[in-house]
Amino acid sequence: MSDTLLLEIKNLKTSFRIGEEYYAAVDNISLDVRHNEVLALVGESGSGKSATAFSIMNLHNRAKIEGQILFNGRDIANLPPSKMNKLRGNEISMIFQDPLTALNPLMECGRQIEEVLILHKSNMSSKQRKAYGIDLLNQVGIPRPERIYDQFPHELSGGMRQRIIIAIAIANKPELLIADEPTTALDVTIQAQILDLIRELKNDLNSGVVLITHDLGVVAEMADRVAVMYAGQIVEIADVETLFIQPLHPYTRSLLSSVPNAEGTDDKLHVIQGIVPSLKHLPREGCRFKDRIPWMDDSVHEEHPELHEVSPGHFVRCTCYQHFHFPEQNEEEQAHGIT
Amino acid sequence: MALLRVEDLQIYFPIRGGILNRKIDDVRAVDGVSFEIEQGETYGLVGESGSGKTTTGKAVMGLNNITGGDIYFEDNHLNPGKGKKVDVRKDVQMIFQDPYSSLNPRKRVIDIIAEPIRNYEKLTKKQELRRVQELLEQVGLTPESIYKYPHEFSGGQRQRIGVARAIALKPKLIIADEPVSALDVSVQAQVLNFMQQIQKDLNLTFLFISHDLGVIRHMCDKIGIMYQGRFVEEGLRDEIFTDPQHIYTKRLVAAIPDIDPRRRQEHQQYREQVKEEYQNSFNDYFNEDGLAHSLKSITDTHRVALPERG
Amino acid sequence: MWKFIVRRLIITMPQIVLLSLFVFIMASFMPGDALTGQIGPDVDQDRLQELREQMGLNNPWYIQYRDWILGVFQGDFGTSFRYNMPASEIIQQRMINTIWLSLVSLIFIYALGIPMGLISGRYNDKLIDQVITSYTYLGFATPIFIFGLIALWVGGFQLGWFPTGGSVAPGLEPGSLEYILSKIHHLLLPGLAIALIGLVGTVQYLRSEIIDTKQKDFIITARAKGAPEQRVYNRHIFRNSVLPIAAFFGYEITSLISGTVFIEQIFSYPGMGNLFLESINIRDYTVVTALVLLFGLAAIIGALLSDIILSIVDPRIRIK
Ligand SMILES: Nc1ncnc2c1ncn2[C@@H]1O[C@H](COP(=O)(O)OP(=O)(O)OP(=O)(O)O)[C@@H](O)[C@H]1O
Ligand SMILES: Nc1ncnc2c1ncn2[C@@H]1O[C@H](COP(=O)(O)OP(=O)(O)OP(=O)(O)O)[C@@H](O)[C@H]1O
Ligand SMILES: [Mg+2]
Ligand SMILES: [Mg+2]
Repeated sequence: MSDTLLLEIKNLKTSFRIGEEYYAAVDNISLDVRHNEVLALVGESGSGKSATAFSIMNLHNRAKIEGQILFNGRDIANLPPSKMNKLRGNEISMIFQDPLTALNPLMECGRQIEEVLILHKSNMSSKQRKAYGIDLLNQVGIPRPERIYDQFPHELSGGMRQRIIIAIAIANKPELLIADEPTTALDVTIQAQILDLIRELKNDLNSGVVLITHDLGVVAEMADRVAVMYAGQIVEIADVETLFIQPLHPYTRSLLSSVPNAEGTDDKLHVIQGIVPSLKHLPREGCRFKDRIPWMDDSVHEEHPELHEVSPGHFVRCTCYQHFHFPEQNEEEQAHGIT
Repeated sequence: MALLRVEDLQIYFPIRGGILNRKIDDVRAVDGVSFEIEQGETYGLVGESGSGKTTTGKAVMGLNNITGGDIYFEDNHLNPGKGKKVDVRKDVQMIFQDPYSSLNPRKRVIDIIAEPIRNYEKLTKKQELRRVQELLEQVGLTPESIYKYPHEFSGGQRQRIGVARAIALKPKLIIADEPVSALDVSVQAQVLNFMQQIQKDLNLTFLFISHDLGVIRHMCDKIGIMYQGRFVEEGLRDEIFTDPQHIYTKRLVAAIPDIDPRRRQEHQQYREQVKEEYQNSFNDYFNEDGLAHSLKSITDTHRVALPERG
Repeated sequence: MWKFIVRRLIITMPQIVLLSLFVFIMASFMPGDALTGQIGPDVDQDRLQELREQMGLNNPWYIQYRDWILGVFQGDFGTSFRYNMPASEIIQQRMINTIWLSLVSLIFIYALGIPMGLISGRYNDKLIDQVITSYTYLGFATPIFIFGLIALWVGGFQLGWFPTGGSVAPGLEPGSLEYILSKIHHLLLPGLAIALIGLVGTVQYLRSEIIDTKQKDFIITARAKGAPEQRVYNRHIFRNSVLPIAAFFGYEITSLISGTVFIEQIFSYPGMGNLFLESINIRDYTVVTALVLLFGLAAIIGALLSDIILSIVDPRIRIK
């Protein structure tokens, strides 16, 4: 394994303009991804996961991006477009969240795959491109790839479109793959196949993967480390076992108890109180999770919550985790996420 | 009497090609599917991506042309022949997968929810307002939300608006096509709890389509597994999850990600093993065309697609 | 797709029938009739009645309509009472001139309008876009004849670069190179004048189409592939925005019609529009009727063309 980190994000702050002012959707985040590692990014809808991913790829249209993004030690946050274009789709590529809108409706699927080859593999002949494109469709488990190759996106089911997007992303065997909800529209067997494919890519090429997902099962199966985001910040980061077995931050623990478990079907699922604050109304003072756990005393929160290293590599924000309990339940019972 | 009875449903889409763009072949999206849903029950539809789940749901809604077969709702034949159509859209409603794009961003909540009411009933402005407010209360949104626009709500709340619209006409059956797959787990929990609640309150019946077998297991009484337009297995929840008979079902259940990272290796091996078994016994479970056989009953409730013996 | 085209053609039929009825009714309500301009005030009433009878002017309306339609199908638009020759013959030469003028205008419209729309959409809210948008507002607000007059005054009289009237310089032998060049020379200024107004719609439509497409998710996908901005515009944004413009083509014909009517008058260009106004002035109602019918037909066929082009070009419509 090489010494330099594959990706190192330092104090990233991504702000969007609403009216006259800028509001940070990603608020001072630092992360790193090593070679041959899967870093999972989980968190509430709107917590800034996709915004972080877009910042890495520099794909935001009108956003203010501050901080450093080091890729193999080189700061790519302010790269000129021509240099950035050499990286995108080649050394860094991304699988997009919404398969229904991410493909050009007027272009055959095959041509959309070929485009990324035309851009980065100029020595390929058009015959080779087509052969490789069909091979890619095979790899992502699309039946009858020759036929699908010439079809338009609207003729495919949601899951098939998602796999076209995956094929585009892995075509040039990227060193860093950012996968934003890569398997939401897929059935579990194809999901497993795709996850295996990503794992293979990672192992063979020593690549790093940033995996964004709501599916904690996928995280448990894939991730080496997990970063949990809430309201634009990282609230907890740990290796995958620690995070699932000894979650500390109240948000992480709430999240884990919301997952339907196999037994006890008639139980109500745990729901986090209150609603996701919109970007404009995000609390920016004190512990951002405070309003969602109103039964906890104010004194348990830090005034300026910091990430604390509770054990090597395990960071938790704010001190409220030390006292946290679910409402009307004894602390003991809930202290362990899953057992 | 079953609330919904689907018998040998077939839906083919033409594949066009050639210079004149003529029909050259069919996609058999749904190829002989039969099932029944009892009043008050939740029926889960799972299966391969592209196996025809959405198409089946849409057919019940009357949104697809049916190639063959029959659909009965409360013993009314829904497709009695060309041209004639029994209108059950009032009694059958659909919740769509994507809470973001299925709500018109330029319409206020009141207009979104009142739309189906306006189509079917003549109410005065005042009555309509009261009705929409009641509905919002039912789905747990504050009455003052009615003049807001969809983008002012969170994903879970938006999905609730979709539900409010779906229950506006007091339907008996709701078809929910991946209603929670775009949501984070906490919001997903909120929507699932809520769906169970209104099911009790209104004695609703659900046809629940999802890829998330955890969610299916949590929600459904009975489950049908689809593969390439056909059913491979159907049974009660426990029959499917603890005693799967068809190799595809076994593979599906084995592929459910395990939420305990400590068992990762073990689970992966098990999955590989089932996959191998699947490949080796493929010909025992599928016919020459790679399609499922017809269903045979093994208990009163459990049916599996097995070849004829002997 | 064929189904769609056939269905679209079937819709066109009643449109044409309605148009012809409308034209016919309009004609019968026009002040005066065929004889009014032809006969001196001293002709006595009996003679007049006789003439009317002879020309079928006393028949019930549906008979007159039928006679008229049958005639039209044989290319007989009636006789111009003014010139005492078949209306079709008068129109024919004018029509060829107008078709040339329209063609030149169309070329100008697309040659200027598409780049303007592209630039405006691509750099929206930058200075260049503001300039172009202001121009389109001006274009919308200014009546075309004022535009034509200004063009004539500047290009024709002040600079003297272009002829100020007619369709060809007199005394040249038809078919010779000089003749053709002179024709083109006569076409440029009126063509440009029509285009400068006619392109306004195209520019605004293309601009908003591009701004729309720019924000689609699949554009981000293209950027994420590493496509340079120029390629993103050429392959994704431009292509997806220009297709509706291709479909707009047919509708453009309608705006050309109104354009030619005024511009031909101002440039005294012997085309259909010019003829139209002339004929109204002298109450040559057979010619007016024929022209309205032809203009109407052109508009209907334009719309038909648009829909067919769109169905060929957009795979989503092609399927249905
Ligand atoms: N282009 C934009 N302009 C303004 N606000 C934006 C923009 N993109 C995202 N946001 C806001 O930034 C916040 C973070 O959004 P982001 O898409 O990163 O969430 P996410 O964590 O990916 O959520 P999900 O799980 O729902 O995909 C949200 O409040 C969102 O509304
Ligand atoms: N309008 C259409 N034209 C042609 N083929 C179609 C059309 N709609 C669906 N299909 C095909 O029918 C099959 C079933 O599609 P359907 O959308 O029902 O699958 P699904 O089970 O809902 O899959 P997913 O889980 O990926 O959403 C697919 O092979 C799809 O390509
Ligand atoms: Mg996202
Ligand atoms: Mg579907």
